[in-house]
Amino acid sequence: MKIFPTFLGVALILLAVTTVLPVAKAEKTITLMSHDSFNISKEVIEIFEKENKVKVRFLKAGDAGAALIQAILSKKNPLADVFYGVDNSFMSRALDAEIFIPYASPLLNNIPDHLKLDKLNRLLPVDYGDVCLNYDKAWFQKQTLIPPKELSDLIKPEYKGLTVVENPAISSPGMAFLLATIGRFGENGYLNFWKELRENNVIVANGWEDAYYGHFTSASKGDRPIVVSYGSSPAAAVYYSEKPLSEAPTAAVISHGSTFRQIEFAGILKGTDKPELAKKLVDFMLDIPFQEDIPLQMFVYPANSKADLPELFTRHAVVAEKPVIVAPAAIEKNRNKWIEEWTNTVLR
Amino acid sequence: MKKTGTNGSRNGRIQFSVNFLKTNFSSNRWLLLSLPLLFLALFYFYPLIKIVIMSFAPEGVWEPERLRQLISSDNYFRVLRFTFWQAALSTLFTLILALPGAYIFAHFNFPGKNMLQALMTVPFVLPTVVTAAAFRALLGSGGLVNSWLMTALDLSGPPIRIDQTVTFFLLAHIFYNYSLVLRIVAGYWSNLDPDIREAAGMLGASPWQTFKKITLPLLIPAIASAAVLVFIFCFTSFGVILILGGPGYATIEVEIYRQAVQFFNLPMAAALSLIQILINFLLMWLHARIGSKNRVSFFSTAIGGTPKKIKGFLQKSLLLTNLLFMVTLLLAPLSALLLRSFIGEHGFTLAYYSSLFTSHTRSVFFVPPINAVLNSIGFGLTAMCIAVILGLFASSYLASAKGRSAPFWDAVIMLPLATSAVTLGFGYIITLNTPPLNLRDSLALVPIAHGLVAFPFVVRCILPGIRQIPQSLREAATLLGSSPLQVWRRVDLPLASRPIMVGAIFAFSISMGEFGASSFVTRPHTPTMPVTIFRFLSQPGDLNYGQAMAMSTILMLVTASGFWLLGKITDNR
Repeated sequence: MKIFPTFLGVALILLAVTTVLPVAKAEKTITLMSHDSFNISKEVIEIFEKENKVKVRFLKAGDAGAALIQAILSKKNPLADVFYGVDNSFMSRALDAEIFIPYASPLLNNIPDHLKLDKLNRLLPVDYGDVCLNYDKAWFQKQTLIPPKELSDLIKPEYKGLTVVENPAISSPGMAFLLATIGRFGENGYLNFWKELRENNVIVANGWEDAYYGHFTSASKGDRPIVVSYGSSPAAAVYYSEKPLSEAPTAAVISHGSTFRQIEFAGILKGTDKPELAKKLVDFMLDIPFQEDIPLQMFVYPANSKADLPELFTRHAVVAEKPVIVAPAAIEKNRNKWIEEWTNTVLR
Repeated sequence: MKKTGTNGSRNGRIQFSVNFLKTNFSSNRWLLLSLPLLFLALFYFYPLIKIVIMSFAPEGVWEPERLRQLISSDNYFRVLRFTFWQAALSTLFTLILALPGAYIFAHFNFPGKNMLQALMTVPFVLPTVVTAAAFRALLGSGGLVNSWLMTALDLSGPPIRIDQTVTFFLLAHIFYNYSLVLRIVAGYWSNLDPDIREAAGMLGASPWQTFKKITLPLLIPAIASAAVLVFIFCFTSFGVILILGGPGYATIEVEIYRQAVQFFNLPMAAALSLIQILINFLLMWLHARIGSKNRVSFFSTAIGGTPKKIKGFLQKSLLLTNLLFMVTLLLAPLSALLLRSFIGEHGFTLAYYSSLFTSHTRSVFFVPPINAVLNSIGFGLTAMCIAVILGLFASSYLASAKGRSAPFWDAVIMLPLATSAVTLGFGYIITLNTPPLNLRDSLALVPIAHGLVAFPFVVRCILPGIRQIPQSLREAATLLGSSPLQVWRRVDLPLASRPIMVGAIFAFSISMGEFGASSFVTRPHTPTMPVTIFRFLSQPGDLNYGQAMAMSTILMLVTASGFWLLGKITDNR
């Protein structure tokens, strides 16, 4: 068997195919870079492509934190024209790095003021969602226990060993939940809450996937009926159910002071050679077709208040009336300290 | 006088041509190493050096204060100690458990051997999330074993509680690396000359003495190679520790990710990456030094010796215990996974498979699962070919290299294995960004990056095999008029074909299972199977979970059948 020529031939052909193929169909393109969770319907993005006779090229670059860092690292020679997926916990980092150019889109008029965190409009709000507790309805019914109503319920003796949370040092919902406790109990009180939660036998998972599919009773063979997830997760559980459901198997806790609102932003990357087209793409992302597509694709809420919600969301998803607020600048300044303190209290 | 003269000159000519071969070969030997080195320079050293320099001095100014914590806090020392400890323990257990299996695979034929060998490589391609799911489905507090024990023994709580413990991730490390040790050692063992052992037996040595005095020393190069690979793998372990170990445990790799992505402390991430590389480099250099001194130099007539039939009670029971162990360790978690892909909330279902083929979400990123399979295979084959070519060149150089430089180059070649994916991925972003190397967002980067990781593996598989070929065979071929290239093609390649196959198989599996999305820019329209699995697992809903399990099952099936075919082909050759 002629191993060597075979290997060499196959390698060259395949490499050539992978390098040449993308070049072969050269046409006008605009590049949108995002984190891995970005999603949109095909026919929606085709509206933009037809209107502007352009092809939208997508790049995904890991989780929200990793994607932003890659955008920052490439600022002298940007990978894309528009970036989507900076959230309020990473907002200061993005603005400090000066990678976005301001754009006061006319569509900002339809977006409520409390979502517009950057007064210079370098980052424009696209969607939001509340990180909060989810619980397994059937489990609480079976145990005849009252489901949790707010954060401080978790440290009651009858809730011992029922909760799984995510590690804020690794996971973004974990970080958001830590911020919720900081907002709720204050910088002086949050560690006490976590100390008691630890004594109440909380499990810390490293990521959302592991917490939800590894420990949550409603989604796996886990033994935790309370998990940190999103206000829209019950809707997703209905939507992605094997058999049609009339009622969500889980519920979200959104009482006063028990949720943290994650707002996701898009911005035009400094150094783009198509600023006008990039503006059009941002406009499109804030306009009705895109905004109304967001809920069922990414399971978060559209920022544009004129966008109608799908029935699934109005029935099964919830938003908090008064989410906890922590200023982006304070988050970036204290992130290291808070995570360090949290780690010392909960893990060591 | 005349007679002697003629004789003398003939001897002289022979001597001359052997010398000529040696000098000629040694001056051209560098050419063999140049291709692998060029590849490493472009896709490893250049990005790595640039990201490290940029991390330490972002605007050309050295910022030492962000590194102060490295010395002032004992946290990093703890992380380092833990990383060492768990890697050593994992390597030790894997070796102890896999060596008896290697003996059996090297010496006996039994029904289903080929199939078992193919299945054994499957753990290697499974993404860590899936492995974690498999182990939980089996041994978690609500898993199969616990619920069975609870009913059988009438217990109120689960008797086995290993979630988020050391035991759990050690088990997973063994699960991942068992087949690696078995394949490398068995591939080498079956090539050892049985005559020596028989001679020892005839001279009165007991089987144990023969093993201790003859077989084990001869096996050292293969065992050491396998051990080094397992150690480095566990040393840089990320997902397994993260998920199964829980947040109480962190390896250097985990800490690098935390520092880079969460804290945006690039100087610290770069410093930790350098520490990780340095430690592994020293280890590999040490290993290479031992390995090159331990050259096996004996003539083997029975390369690829014929396997024996099983006979006697002792051999039978040895075989049975080993097979039982393999099945429990490897097949039980895999079948738990398989079951989960068919069982929904309401019992048996095919819904997960059928929904894989329908675009439920109309997403612009939806691709039919068959495309993900094809993408994975395409990337895998390319990465495999890159790795095998580079590995062959590098191994041929290293096998013939003498002196102090050889262990050094050996260790250099191993470096990509010891490098944090996050650091290297960030390096690609800032280096491969201008033509002709504008590859940072190109599809070609996927097989190149996979090939880079697989290349050191291939070297570790091939090198012991090539070293085993006696130099006298090559000299004989030269005397019969073969050019060095012909010698390489006619002697080295055929005799090392089995290790080359093993290397190719692992290169392919590494690429199939690689999920570098946390640190590389990806093109979402060409997802691989692991990427598709992660997409399903990132949203709630039992259909998502079920589809992830179904996709994992397809990944296992594709891999296993590929290797089964490969095994068939190599056997029939």
